[in-house]
Amino acid sequence: MKLRKRIEKVINAIFFICGLITIIAVLAISIYMVVSGVPAIREIGLVDFLFGQVWRSTGSDPMYGILPFILTSVYGTLGACIIGVPIGIMTAVYLAKIANSKLGGLVNTAVELLAGIPSVVYGLIGMMILVPGIMKAFDLKSGTTLLAAIIVLAVMILPNIISISRTALLSVPEEYEDASLALGATKMETVFKVSVPAAKSGITAGIVLGIGRAIGEAMAVMMVAGNVANMPSLLTSVTFLTTAVSKEMSYASGLQREALFSIALVLFVFIIIINIILNVFLKRGDKK
Amino acid sequence: MDIITAKDLQLYYGTFQALKGIDMNISEREITALIGPSGCGKSTFLKTLNRMNDTVHGVKVNGEVKYHDHNIFASDVDVTLLRKNVGMVFQKPNPFPMSIYDNIAYGPRLHGSHKKNELNEIVERALRGAALWEEVKDRLKKSALGLSGGQQQRLCIARALSVSPDVLLMDEPTSALDPASTMKIEELMSELKHDYTVVIVTHNMQQAARISDKTAFFLVGELVEMGETGDVFSMPKDKRTEDYITGRFG
Repeated sequence: MKLRKRIEKVINAIFFICGLITIIAVLAISIYMVVSGVPAIREIGLVDFLFGQVWRSTGSDPMYGILPFILTSVYGTLGACIIGVPIGIMTAVYLAKIANSKLGGLVNTAVELLAGIPSVVYGLIGMMILVPGIMKAFDLKSGTTLLAAIIVLAVMILPNIISISRTALLSVPEEYEDASLALGATKMETVFKVSVPAAKSGITAGIVLGIGRAIGEAMAVMMVAGNVANMPSLLTSVTFLTTAVSKEMSYASGLQREALFSIALVLFVFIIIINIILNVFLKRGDKK
Repeated sequence: MDIITAKDLQLYYGTFQALKGIDMNISEREITALIGPSGCGKSTFLKTLNRMNDTVHGVKVNGEVKYHDHNIFASDVDVTLLRKNVGMVFQKPNPFPMSIYDNIAYGPRLHGSHKKNELNEIVERALRGAALWEEVKDRLKKSALGLSGGQQQRLCIARALSVSPDVLLMDEPTSALDPASTMKIEELMSELKHDYTVVIVTHNMQQAARISDKTAFFLVGELVEMGETGDVFSMPKDKRTEDYITGRFG
């Protein structure tokens, strides 16, 4: 009896430690980000850092304005959503409410595969197909543009949006749909006026998760966006927050290096805000 | 006047025959109760009358059901119109997760009413028709999910009334409710039959005896007996009906 109790205690302790590891990791990262990110911001000045339009980290008179990166990340993510969200929701509706089991299974497998493809592969395909395509289509010197990054990101966030929206749509009680049909609604009216609104919080969670993925993505956009610190427009080469850090980190030193940590801190804050929003929506969904 | 007539109606779920040749006439502005043990086909029959069975995978129907002398299985029938005219109330109260107002306005909006005055009028009329207006008139914009079970079910009745049907199908509408709410709904049904034809499936034989004008007894997919409720309960013609209503099985 005593032995069993002791084993019980040990197992409890092991679980507790496992849980603790995650918390420690999060805390350590947060603290480290703040500690290493704040000094450069102090030195450069918060306003000059966040709203400065010129990033010239290696010149004789260096400037550290990251507005181009922030706007690129925001525009890139928004653009990806504008393309990806409607396609994602439509696909989820199709999978959850319309497709027969055979074809639906096929699409579903494709979605799962899409989720599993490493981002470097997305980058590669974007580089091989999209970039030359955009160069030809718009008659540019180089096809590495914000547009290319947006398209790649749009495809990358599809699986997040689809799988979470699909789950939300599947969990809409059939009684709602029956009630709608019994009032003389067509199948499609029922889907868009009852099922989708009822699954709203889940669908929103999927979108927010997609936004999180898009804003945090580095590898794929690095390969197609050109990585020049321009103020963003659709057909220029641009640098995202993520790529701003990764492309200079290997050779940066001094204030430049510290500024890169500050960029990472900004990105980190973005992600935390997105997660908070996500949690709000998930909780709202639970309440129902 | 018969508003609905079924003739040799047979229904299969895959290879399982759920209805084995039902002949039935349903009279206008009366309450017809369908009784019988679980799995006897009474709910299936009810759902055939507004073709809600169409949504079930693998359903096949033979025979005919005439509504206002028109076969509802004919190829030129608009199912959405049929369902607008033959409304349905389900076993479990199933209001949409929307406001009380939007629940009622949902149907009329589908069928083309968008003017605010018109909708307000319809909502009030439907809620009054379901004896719910006085209880909810001050919170029309609040979620329907905040209502009690009995109120939710009356809301569902109001929602069905909102598109001005002439037949109301009710599938065990009180089986999920407490006795007090059940009584309210029964009173409501007696009111409704002045304007609507009501067909109700019920497990509760006292309920059938209390409220219905005609009673139909189903057993394993067959219509055993149908007649004036008083007659069916006091002097059933068929031995099986007698056994069932006296509680020998079921």
